[in-house]
Amino acid sequence: MPYDPSEPLKDRITDIGPRHYGEFLPPVIKKNKGKWLYHEILQPGVLVHVAESGDKVFSVRVGGCRLMSVEHLREICDIADKYCDGYLRFTTRNNIEFLLADESKLKPLVDDLKSRKFSGGSNKFPVGGTGAGVTNIVHTQGWAHCHTPAIDASGVVKAVMDAIYDEFDHMKLPAPVRVSLACCLNMCGAVHCSDIAILGIHRKPPMVDGEWIDKLCELPLAIAACPTGAIKPAKTADGKKSLEVKAERCMFCGNCYTMCAAMPLADEVGSGIAILVGGKLSNRISKPKFSKVVIPFIPNEPPRWPSTVAAVKNIIDVYSKDAHKYERLGDWAERIGWERFFEKTNIPFTHHLIDDYRFAYTTWRQSTQFKF
Amino acid sequence: MGKHNTPMLDELEKGPWPSFVSDIKQQVANGKHVLKEAPDDLLGVMELSYVDKVTHWKHGGIVGVFGYGGGIIGRYCDQPQMFPGVAHFHTVRVNQPSSKFYTAKYLRELCDLWERHGSGLTNMHGSTGDIVFLGTTTDHLEPLFFEMTHELNQDLGGSGSNLRTPECCLGQSRCEFACYDTQEACDNLTHEYQDELHRPAFPYKFKFKFDGCPNGCVASIARSDMSFIGTWRDNIRIDQAAVKAYVGGEFAPNAGAYSGRDWGKFDIQKEVVDLCPTGCMRWDGSKLEINDKECVRCMHCLNVMPRALRKGLDTGVSILFGAKAPILEGAQMSTLTVPFLKMESPFSEAKDLVEKVWDWWMEEGKNRERLGELIQRKTFQEFLRVCELDPDPRMVDEPRSNPYIFWKEEEVEGGWTRDIDAFRAKHQR
Ligand code: HEM
Ligand code: HEM
Ligand code: HEM
Ligand code: SF4
Ligand code: SF4
Ligand code: SF4
Ligand code: SF4
Repeated sequence: MPYDPSEPLKDRITDIGPRHYGEFLPPVIKKNKGKWLYHEILQPGVLVHVAESGDKVFSVRVGGCRLMSVEHLREICDIADKYCDGYLRFTTRNNIEFLLADESKLKPLVDDLKSRKFSGGSNKFPVGGTGAGVTNIVHTQGWAHCHTPAIDASGVVKAVMDAIYDEFDHMKLPAPVRVSLACCLNMCGAVHCSDIAILGIHRKPPMVDGEWIDKLCELPLAIAACPTGAIKPAKTADGKKSLEVKAERCMFCGNCYTMCAAMPLADEVGSGIAILVGGKLSNRISKPKFSKVVIPFIPNEPPRWPSTVAAVKNIIDVYSKDAHKYERLGDWAERIGWERFFEKTNIPFTHHLIDDYRFAYTTWRQSTQFKF
Repeated sequence: MGKHNTPMLDELEKGPWPSFVSDIKQQVANGKHVLKEAPDDLLGVMELSYVDKVTHWKHGGIVGVFGYGGGIIGRYCDQPQMFPGVAHFHTVRVNQPSSKFYTAKYLRELCDLWERHGSGLTNMHGSTGDIVFLGTTTDHLEPLFFEMTHELNQDLGGSGSNLRTPECCLGQSRCEFACYDTQEACDNLTHEYQDELHRPAFPYKFKFKFDGCPNGCVASIARSDMSFIGTWRDNIRIDQAAVKAYVGGEFAPNAGAYSGRDWGKFDIQKEVVDLCPTGCMRWDGSKLEINDKECVRCMHCLNVMPRALRKGLDTGVSILFGAKAPILEGAQMSTLTVPFLKMESPFSEAKDLVEKVWDWWMEEGKNRERLGELIQRKTFQEFLRVCELDPDPRMVDEPRSNPYIFWKEEEVEGGWTRDIDAFRAKHQR
């Protein structure tokens, strides 16, 4: 009974929601749910969870590109069928986990995963992403699908992960380092609490397409969209209704462009990358905290963004050498002091890094305690 | 092979990390996707962006399935003549099952469906948690929705000013730290609020996320308007023999998570007791003591010694409200509002709270005002009144330092109406 376009509402089914997770749990998990005793990471990317019953489930974690073809998904399914009775899952950070109860299949599975390569030579299924290392970079759409990005997403992620791959399949950092990327200030991926956040930013105010703006947009909505009140009504030379941007008030957020396609702001030299560091989400030892801007701008450098890659690698390397065990990047920076952070990483401190947005003073130093 | 020359993207085929470019190329070469040119033209338009350093996508357009106000993101290419295969390239958000477990059989059904109706490209998964089908044309949307609901018993996720697809950590399914059944909570609330998920009626988006414990694997404290974070209010269960096994080196500390570097012999005093943020632990060389009354459940000691320390048995959730990304007023994390709630099916108390909060937000919220911003504008005090909760020092890091208290008239003895003549009778002008 296929869809019949002449009767679109016939037998319509709606509001059924997602499938119930219970249909997809491997038997060993169904049996032991809520009764797990402890886990152990056997090697990078390979975990065992042990239940009160003594049952074990093995998980093999592999990195995935979240932009993924169904051809690739089918290969994942074939692997799951071959080794895992057809069971697998995805993690919050876009990794794939193959789940199995039969320990004898573990090594063959890991060997098989490691042997599979894409035509260009990259690993199809890199095993890792556990413990005190770098796991997959969560990211957004970039030039693959969005209208407001300052940068690509998948390409930057690929270039950065290639450079820090050694931290993905080892667990030798002082603590986990979570890297995230969002391609504009909207931060669909909510990267603002990451150890290292790679953020696309614009630096040129929007242009106004005066010929078209009144036809394409609801002008009051665009005015209302601007968080700094930088947009006001105007008229073009020939009297058409238009808008004007007070450039010195613009914070380059792109809200107006989301509201109004006649106000594009992306630019080949204006747009690029800011790096934020020191955020965290877990409550472990210290409280969750926001990431802080430490590099205000790096130019867009497709296809492999070498300056961004070098900046991320440098921060991780310095942190890795200097931090104490269990110290997240932000905890380390706070212990040594941000003045030391800039000294040790050799990152120049510029006026852009002093907050001048709302509640700015909460980040200024109101004490005489500082380090020379 | 491909129809476009992509020298820039080809650079991204090198290196160890999986290459999305190689993957799209294999779909071009072998895929059976109905929109024949789509993957090829996606490579083409991305290559053009790599050259221009600017995106070639346009926003919006009225696209969706009948009766739903979300779930489809409209997208058009700004060079449709050059890239006809992606001239229209809408995404479909498909509501993932709780914590993203799949069978190969089901994933294949999804693949088949998507090849019949789109580009054959996906995001596994989008940032909200949905399965994202990346790129199709408007005419495929209704047939796709029909087949998905009829044959796969599967619905769309949310987008727009409505409840977004809820998401949870894997919780009790495979994690010893989980303090409640995150999967069931997520599934139950998702089904309860299907109308709110599919038909935008809110001032802006609203997200629930469910973390099983304060480790926060789905980042609910940063990414959701209403964050459910597992916790317990009794004592950490200690297995003293296992503690000794860690000290003696028989068990790998941190479940092996730090084993890639030689950090020296495990030192329980230095690595656990001294790092406890409240200083509530003691180790006398043979026995570990925890003063549970002072513990803030930061998870550190449990993470280091999972075989020796287990969460308590009186478990539930802390509920926090109001996280959002920086636009517009600056980033906010969620604020602790309900220190503890039992979290058991059918989750009635949690749902009561959800509905109180939504009613208030729909009444008072301005267009595009996230809950966290509304709470700031209307005050946390007002929010507590809406939630019918009493103030509690657990809700703040510290009391206010300014004395600018907005007293209410009814709080002040005798009210605010006074007689100036009576005042003047005592005080000359
Ligand atoms: C004014 C602010 C925002 C605007 C204008 C905006 C706009 C958009 C647009 C246009 C898309 C579609 C991208 C595509 O697939 O083509 C999108 C996707 C998305 N947005 Fe936002 N967004 C905003 C804020 C946020 C925030 C604050 C969050 C999360 C806290 C968020 C979460 C998401 C998620 C999860 C997606 C799914 C796409 C993905 O997985 O990459 N958005 N947003
Ligand atoms: C007419 C058809 C339109 C459709 C189908 C549409 C669709 C969408 C979609 C799917 C998103 C992504 C939101 C998300 O899920 O993250 C989005 C974002 C957005 N769109 Fe549109 N859009 C349309 C027109 C407009 C118009 C005319 C405006 C403004 C006047 C507008 C303003 C926005 C804003 C502000 C966002 C960000 C909202 C958010 O963060 O959730 N859209 N739009
Ligand atoms: C609107 C709020 C405030 C008003 C109207 C106000 C007014 C005054 C006045 C009129 C005096 C002089 C009293 C006298 O010598 O007769 C005074 C003294 C003073 N105020 Fe305030 N004040 C305010 C807030 C503050 C705050 C917030 C602080 C500190 C954080 C502060 C610190 C002081 C100090 C240090 C003195 C001097 C006290 C002394 O020398 O004994 N004031 N204030
Ligand atoms: S972060 Fe910005 S550019 Fe990237 S997908 Fe979200 S809205 Fe689009
Ligand atoms: S980019 Fe943002 S700040 Fe600048 S004019 Fe547009 S809405 Fe206003
Ligand atoms: S949030 Fe806690 S319960 Fe959930 S998966 Fe992470 S550690 Fe386990
Ligand atoms: S959970 Fe944290 S606060 Fe509680 S005893 Fe352990 S280390 Fe201390």
